[in-house]
Amino acid sequence: MTDAVAVALSVNGELVEANVLPRLNLADFLREHLKLTGTHVGCEHGVCGACTVRVNGDIVRSCLMLAVQTHNAAIETIEGVSDSGEIADLQSAFRERNALQCGFCTPGMLMAAQDLLKQSPCPDREQIREHLSGNYCRCTGYQAIVDAIESTAWTRAGRRP
Amino acid sequence: MTSERSNLQTLSALDRPNSYIGKTVPRPNLDRLMQGRGLYVSDIELPRMAHAVFLRSPHAHARIVGIETSAAKQMPGVIAVVSGSELSTVITPWVGVLSHLKGLKSAPQNAIAIDRVCWQGEAVAAVVAASRAQAEDAAEHVLVKYEELHAVTDMRAALDPATPVIHASLGDNLAFERIHDAGAVDQAFAESDEVVEAEFVFGRHTGVTLEPRAVVADWNAAEARLTIYQGTQAPHMVQNIAALHLGLKESQVRVVCKDVGGSFGIKVHIYADEMATYALSKLLRRPVKFVADRVESFNTDIHARDHRCKGKIGVKRDGTIMAFEIDDLTGIGPYSMYPRTSAIEANQVVNLVGGPYVTGNYRARARVVFQNKNVMCQYRAVGHPIACSVTEGLVDLAAMKIAMDPVEIRRRNLIADDAYPCASPSGLRFEQLSHHAALAKLVQMMDYDALRAEQAALRVSNIHRGIGIASFIEVTNPSAAFYGVGGAKISSQDGVAVRVDAQGSVICQTSITEQGQGSESLTAQIVGSVLGVSMDRVRVILGDTDNTPYGGGTWASRGAGIGGEAALQAAKTLRKNILDVAAAVLQSTPSELDIVNNVVVNVGDGEPRIDLSELARIVYFRPDTLPPGIQPELMATRHFVPREYPFAFTNGIQASWLELDPDTGFVKLLKHWVVEDCGTIINPQLVDEQIRGGVVQGLGAALFEKCVYDERGQLTNANMADYLVPMSGEMPDIDVGHVVTPTLESELGAKGAGEAGTAGAAAAVTNAVNDALRPFGAIITEIPLTPQVILTALGRI
Repeated sequence: MTDAVAVALSVNGELVEANVLPRLNLADFLREHLKLTGTHVGCEHGVCGACTVRVNGDIVRSCLMLAVQTHNAAIETIEGVSDSGEIADLQSAFRERNALQCGFCTPGMLMAAQDLLKQSPCPDREQIREHLSGNYCRCTGYQAIVDAIESTAWTRAGRRP
Repeated sequence: MTSERSNLQTLSALDRPNSYIGKTVPRPNLDRLMQGRGLYVSDIELPRMAHAVFLRSPHAHARIVGIETSAAKQMPGVIAVVSGSELSTVITPWVGVLSHLKGLKSAPQNAIAIDRVCWQGEAVAAVVAASRAQAEDAAEHVLVKYEELHAVTDMRAALDPATPVIHASLGDNLAFERIHDAGAVDQAFAESDEVVEAEFVFGRHTGVTLEPRAVVADWNAAEARLTIYQGTQAPHMVQNIAALHLGLKESQVRVVCKDVGGSFGIKVHIYADEMATYALSKLLRRPVKFVADRVESFNTDIHARDHRCKGKIGVKRDGTIMAFEIDDLTGIGPYSMYPRTSAIEANQVVNLVGGPYVTGNYRARARVVFQNKNVMCQYRAVGHPIACSVTEGLVDLAAMKIAMDPVEIRRRNLIADDAYPCASPSGLRFEQLSHHAALAKLVQMMDYDALRAEQAALRVSNIHRGIGIASFIEVTNPSAAFYGVGGAKISSQDGVAVRVDAQGSVICQTSITEQGQGSESLTAQIVGSVLGVSMDRVRVILGDTDNTPYGGGTWASRGAGIGGEAALQAAKTLRKNILDVAAAVLQSTPSELDIVNNVVVNVGDGEPRIDLSELARIVYFRPDTLPPGIQPELMATRHFVPREYPFAFTNGIQASWLELDPDTGFVKLLKHWVVEDCGTIINPQLVDEQIRGGVVQGLGAALFEKCVYDERGQLTNANMADYLVPMSGEMPDIDVGHVVTPTLESELGAKGAGEAGTAGAAAAVTNAVNDALRPFGAIITEIPLTPQVILTALGRI
């Protein structure tokens, strides 16, 4: 039960093979083994959202998932969606609106925001606030983040607010 | 032409063409953080780095009978298991007192407890291993035998003769007491038409930075030098303290501060476990990393605001406030925190109560007591939320008593905008405040009368909404009066060095630090504006004691006002130096030249003369072509500290609009408004976001946040599922307006803005809740305003 287990998975499009201890969570695997330190650890019990990543297209708390559970899975982290350009417009809106201060929540916040925009192209402010309600930000007070996501939604829909 | 020229010459350094001052420009280097490519301390790895975890006391107060480490030392990956006494061979204890807080006392505190633990969470041993998981595994095999002692938990009982004294050498549990009496208080109360009293209770809460405290300490035995990577707000302070207690010279300690995942005052102190990590690195001669987990954060990050404050106000029927009186009690844990002390918050409460108002009659007592809970110390807006809630709560209670509108009573009592300079009843000196302009702007922004009408209309249909107003003053730009005069080696001045590189770009080193407020941006905006260089050519270096001038850092709303002025003066000097060389090269005079958009131009007609990059090329590579006797200095350094006023006070006012459900006790925040005056605004967007973020921390205190201790001193909600913080779903949109009154102490004129939001938010919400409760005849003077507190006040539970 405590022996390392072999896993093979895709991380940001790259094949990764590793031997991981069963108790290793996905967040620590990404950070400590793959050195993808953009996935942050804030609470280690699934409340703060700083470790949000995509597993097979769905956002998950990587601190609540074990690395062994990701065998054959496709993982995408903030580094991956940044390099692919998938969230370039969202990042640009965050920059223009100063929707980040210390930046520690930001990777998780961007992952959650992109998830919302994929599900619901034109969310209103209440829906945005609801979707982000599992991502803790101590710096901004959230309004700038809601503004940035709202403006990205409008831009993507080709409309003006 | 002549008049145009003289106009140009009278422009200040900030009003020049293409100035970035007063403009919203995006902060530099945000991409790094948005792409997950920042470098927080928790991301840092060094060769041979080991991981430390701390075994912590499960008891609030206990004698350590024995520590058995042999089994733990045999565990896989373990490098060392170190007790407090073993560590004391490399690091000395400290006492958190300052001489200007007369009578403040505390006991020596060790990096790791020796013989006795004084709060639940105090470290009793360190386990160092190859990985954190291995260290945690081994920590479970360290056996500590405790003999439990009586835990002093209730601050109200701490001074009872029957209560055990936590530190026998101190004689009692009183850490600090301050008494203040100004004017003729008794007479003023006697002449009042109404006197109202209340006790205000504030929940103990904490900062909950999303990145927990973290440190990597790297003692290089061959260099005899310690490098500390730490997310601190005050690198030079850490350097001084680490050197002092490790027996090193400051030149043997380098503190490097890269990205910081939130600070808010939590990361401006010296924590025992951080000191232990420095010492472990020295002891083990290798890099050691410590990252607090969330439970440790709740148990060891400083707490704040645990106050019970009795307040009294006297008022005439015409609304004239006659006097304020307070009696404040606060419990700070077992030690006064180092080096800023834990008496500052209570001291601030005494300083600030009644501060916005005219009355000179003010009596105050504040007592600071020891208890067996986690340490308390300065967190964002130190003392302000207490003072503001007490003052504004009393003002509203007085208004209610004489049936006067809350806006009207403030209008009649706030210090007039033309009354400055003047002083508060506690002796604080105000250069120039703008309470009435702020109040007028707030009333207009929120459309006060319409909101009152809406409130009245909704009450008919049993919808209970409330409006709460809170005026406040805020301490910013502190001089040496804050810490330096008390003997703390915490610099109140800051320095900035600016230089032109060989391609005409600008490198700027500043002693203020960045935790997301925008220190880097404001520095680049000021330097770019003064030099006439575009911001994309200005690179700012912060957070490294080897590579920045000496200075205080970023805390107490001082970065823009003090560090910004140093940047302004350094850039002015560099600009003069550049124009001196340019004049020599161009056979002109400096007064005929200017720098605009990276090019030296004629002042008169704006004609480009020489690109800055070309000038730099000549200076650095062809100095032989310069006229004889010219020695270019394309670098300048300036420092700044306010000297005339000990603090640059700012002021502002907040309003809350909320709905209260009397059946469930839930409060829904509908809207929040802030008008504040931080003087010159360097970047409007960054100021507004500081205000909003600050407000939301105040809203957390008002409605959710509380460290719940049981009677044995056990923190019962030390996790983010049970300790509630503001999340996006519950927070309102916040409108921010400004009045601009620059301080004349600096050319820049900027005052601080980082704490204004937190100062008044809880007071506005509490007043709004009481406004909503009016039909029920209930009044609450306790935060957080949980459903339980509200339903209890309504007599429903």
